[in-house]
Amino acid sequence: MDFFAFVKPKNELEGSAEKQQNKPFVPEEMWVKCPNCNTLLLTTDMEENLHVCTHCEHHFRMTSKQRIELLADRDSFQEYDAQLQSTNLLDFPGYDEKLEKAKKKGNESVRCGVCTMDSVRTVLCVMDADFMMGSMGTVTGEKITRAFEYATEQRLPVVICTVSGGARMQEGILSLMQMAKTSGAVKRHSDAGLLYITVLTDPTTGGVTASFAMEGDIILAEPNALVAFAGPRVIEQTMRQKLPKDFQTSEFVLQKGFIDAVVPRSALKSTLVKLLRMHGYEEVK
Amino acid sequence: MSNPANNNTYPAYEKVMAARDAAKLTAVDYIRSLFGDSFIELHGDRRFADDKAIVAGLGMLHDTPVTVIGIEKGRNTKERMDRNFGQAHPEGYRKALRLMKQAEKFRRPVLCLVDTSGAYPGIGAEERGQGQAIAENLMEMMTLKTPVLTILIGEGGSGGALALAVADEVWMLENSVYSVISPEGCASILWKDSAKAPQAAEALKMTAQDLFDLGVIERIIRQPKAEDKAMFESLRLLVLRTFEKNAALSDAELIEQRYQRFRKIGTSHIK
Ligand SMILES: [Zn+2]
Repeated sequence: MDFFAFVKPKNELEGSAEKQQNKPFVPEEMWVKCPNCNTLLLTTDMEENLHVCTHCEHHFRMTSKQRIELLADRDSFQEYDAQLQSTNLLDFPGYDEKLEKAKKKGNESVRCGVCTMDSVRTVLCVMDADFMMGSMGTVTGEKITRAFEYATEQRLPVVICTVSGGARMQEGILSLMQMAKTSGAVKRHSDAGLLYITVLTDPTTGGVTASFAMEGDIILAEPNALVAFAGPRVIEQTMRQKLPKDFQTSEFVLQKGFIDAVVPRSALKSTLVKLLRMHGYEEVK
Repeated sequence: MSNPANNNTYPAYEKVMAARDAAKLTAVDYIRSLFGDSFIELHGDRRFADDKAIVAGLGMLHDTPVTVIGIEKGRNTKERMDRNFGQAHPEGYRKALRLMKQAEKFRRPVLCLVDTSGAYPGIGAEERGQGQAIAENLMEMMTLKTPVLTILIGEGGSGGALALAVADEVWMLENSVYSVISPEGCASILWKDSAKAPQAAEALKMTAQDLFDLGVIERIIRQPKAEDKAMFESLRLLVLRTFEKNAALSDAELIEQRYQRFRKIGTSHIK
């Protein structure tokens, strides 16, 4: 599928956005304001443009469902371990309520499965900010570990799209241990000579940055995503000074040498497919 | 011990206070007590700098050469500034990894001593890839082909502690803590009130006993005093016996054991 086909010529869209701003009778939920350029966008236009602002190319967050639709060939995503449920295993105050709320939006902060991308078979894990800000709990760690173990056994590549506020503190030390556990699974997959690509999306921080997000053979990031270990607020508190505006963006970590490329969403699938093919992963018939 | 909340209602927070007690022994004290004059410090990550928050080198445990890597907070104000209060930068974790790889080459066991409130959250640390440095340690330590033992001797603060704790066994002193986040940080994020740290410390389950009960550590060690020669000798023997046990395994067995150790943590509820 050619994803560039979705991107309409920019000037046409800018014109339509301006025109539509003057229409007062359209219901509010049909509009979305770009947090970057403040342009009011028609939700359907934004969605058709891969959840990218048609005016300034700000990349809106995608849910795991939307991202799977973006990357996996139609109906090819076969989800694994969807039945695994987070529980309040430390009796942490308030966690039951938080989980109950989160589970209305999805069943975990990551969805893992196998799919094809332009007919190339790969394991795909997609994190979801709607579930407790993509935080890593024991189920998150278990699902990612299983995904790598499956990929190692089946000799498949792994693609992970990260979005995470870090470790899930309501699971205490057990959430911290997921950093070691997932890193161990990544290492085994790597030692088996298999390809692992990470796609960092906004925001990728904390324990996820300090584990599997930064362990890819190839690390890609979407434009202007926050990529950090310690978040900007923590650093501002420590340093007692404002941080430069572009600090900890994708472009910043690219310039510092910690990622391979910043890839706009419109080119993400084609880039992934090219990389998979260059590593000898073939189309399945 | 001035915090009004610090009473018997919050025993976990008392442990946090004890773990942070400025008068307690630090990594260099343990290194001196365990290795005596045999210790030779080795510096630098060969890439950027020598991080003084990490003190590392070689020493003899009786007849066995050991690579020892500690996070050092410093014992007085000047030392603490010099050691960045035990908050390592990426170059500290890279120095640690360099020396672990060296230990693997020469088949030396590795002893890590952890005492940190966390990896340093600062501009330079982020610019030089704090997340990447920790991630690389986790990945490489998991398959390091030599015995690794980690002892928490004070604070075990999140990823900055874990970066030296992917080991065959992890032990904790009775007055040490190990947590995904500081109780103050947890309380201010969840309850917008860092004064609720004592409650957060309880909820996080961060004491040695909690972690033992959760299957995250293998052993709780009695708190030694500096001049307690008998205590240090028994610790020396305990460390040596653990190294010997793991050195007797094949590389494949050792690595499988370490992988499974972390693989099973926190899975009791997962079907
Ligand atoms: Zn915009």
